[in-house]
Amino acid sequence: MSANTKEQILDFVRARYPQAEIDETQDIFALGFVNSLFAMELVMFIEKTFEVTIPNDELKIDNFRSANTMAELVDRLSPARV
Amino acid sequence: MTTLAETAPGILQVTDRKSARAFVDTHIVPYADAYDRQGRVPEELLERMTAAGLWAPFLPRDTGGGGMDLVTLGEVHEEVGRGCSSVRSLLTVHTMVSWAVQRWGSPAQREQWVPALGRGDVLAAFCLSEPGAGSDASGIATNVVEKNGGWVLNGVKKWITNGQRADLFLVFARTATSIGAFLVPRDSPGVEVTPIEDMLGTRASMIAEISFRDVALGPDALLGPSGFTAGMVLTGTLDLGRYSVATGSVGIIQAALEACAAYASRRTVGGSLLKDLPLIQAKLSDMVTDARAARLLVAEAGRLKDAGEASTIMATWVAKYFASTAAARHASEAVQIHGANGCGHDYPVARLYRDAKVMEIIEGSNEIQRITIASQAEREII
Ligand SMILES: Cc1cc2nc3c(=O)[nH]c(=O)nc-3n(C[C@H](O)[C@H](O)[C@H](O)COP(=O)(O)OP(=O)(O)OC[C@H]3O[C@@H](n4cnc5c(N)ncnc54)[C@H](O)[C@@H]3O)c2cc1C
Repeated sequence: MSANTKEQILDFVRARYPQAEIDETQDIFALGFVNSLFAMELVMFIEKTFEVTIPNDELKIDNFRSANTMAELVDRLSPARV
Repeated sequence: MTTLAETAPGILQVTDRKSARAFVDTHIVPYADAYDRQGRVPEELLERMTAAGLWAPFLPRDTGGGGMDLVTLGEVHEEVGRGCSSVRSLLTVHTMVSWAVQRWGSPAQREQWVPALGRGDVLAAFCLSEPGAGSDASGIATNVVEKNGGWVLNGVKKWITNGQRADLFLVFARTATSIGAFLVPRDSPGVEVTPIEDMLGTRASMIAEISFRDVALGPDALLGPSGFTAGMVLTGTLDLGRYSVATGSVGIIQAALEACAAYASRRTVGGSLLKDLPLIQAKLSDMVTDARAARLLVAEAGRLKDAGEASTIMATWVAKYFASTAAARHASEAVQIHGANGCGHDYPVARLYRDAKVMEIIEGSNEIQRITIASQAEREII
């Protein structure tokens, strides 16, 4: 899994919630950050930044819980990056 | 099979602002006040819009669409909004549903609906609000239960633009775990449409209350993911609707400006043309300035959409908030500039005034917009 992918995802989340301290394993849902607007922003960010299309069956809460799981999702959708 | 060119000879394709302006000036502006009084848009105009390719020109070319970028789509919707907010409202809800099916639909759903939505053979409506829930979407009571591998839908939707005419409804309903979006053809048994007449504004947008009584739907009625991301179908769809309403609000400001500039150049009071009076000039200059500012905010939101940037969602909130409040302010001043004539039927400004008020309520009321913009500011700044 690319450390760079994780960093970019963390940067995005931190830019949206600068007051929060978030690391790559932390469950952002448990922290109470995610509403449907932010979920949409996250999906758009991932699709644009990593040039992937997230299919409906990958739009599961577990894929978006942390920077780690999101980076894994990106890797799955773009095998060339692994 | 007859072609569109045969059914509507002489109607050119709308591909950009210029062709939209020509279509609107020919086919909409002269009739908008009549639509307003009749409380409906005639079938003939709907057919002309089909012939012009106006319904969903942003759909990808491989689905039969025009592949129009969203900045251009915004310009087209602005022009339509300049002519008639009711017509623009029909386009808005059709755009929302077409986009949602294209974005979130399964291959089978896309194949079934997207080409027909793109052509305008099937017209769509967006069904979220209910008698008891508007701003707070989580308060909806319409529900679906899974049954025999499909779904059974029950509930009532209210204030549904084009509900009187649409063939396909995108209905948001409570599932066992969250809120889901369901594609419901109008002719499904158990669907009942009751027209809502005599609205304050967008009077020709053929609004309806729609009840769903034990409507049996197949498994393929659910659009997009279920679970936490189901809310994204709603967020994304409303985002595009909000963008369209923002563009339409710019159109209202432009229409108010054009009406006032014409009137002020002819009407004299105390021997002076209105246009030479400083207080009237101040109003006109504010209209010019706000039209330009709102147009830029809308274009920026559109540019971010075309680039796939997540920040488009907030940019669209800001654009819609600015444009709709400016439209309401300037439509009110437009009536003022026209005096008693502004209150009668001979000038379009009374219609603009009533329509502009609606823009402050739909696709996120002004209060909800302020709350959302403030919470973003809080996230970013505090
Ligand atoms: C012409 C027209 C066309 C429409 N078309 C459609 C359509 O096609 N599909 C559809 O689903 N719906 C449609 N609607 C409904 C529209 O989306 C709702 O009217 C809108 O969401 C507001 O909801 P509400 O009317 O229930 O007001 P409410 O939610 O009851 O709000 C009442 C007032 O309280 C304010 N308010 C709400 N929450 C807060 C808060 N937290 N703090 C401060 N103030 C608050 C609101 O801004 C509003 O001023 C249409 C409405 C109109 C007028």
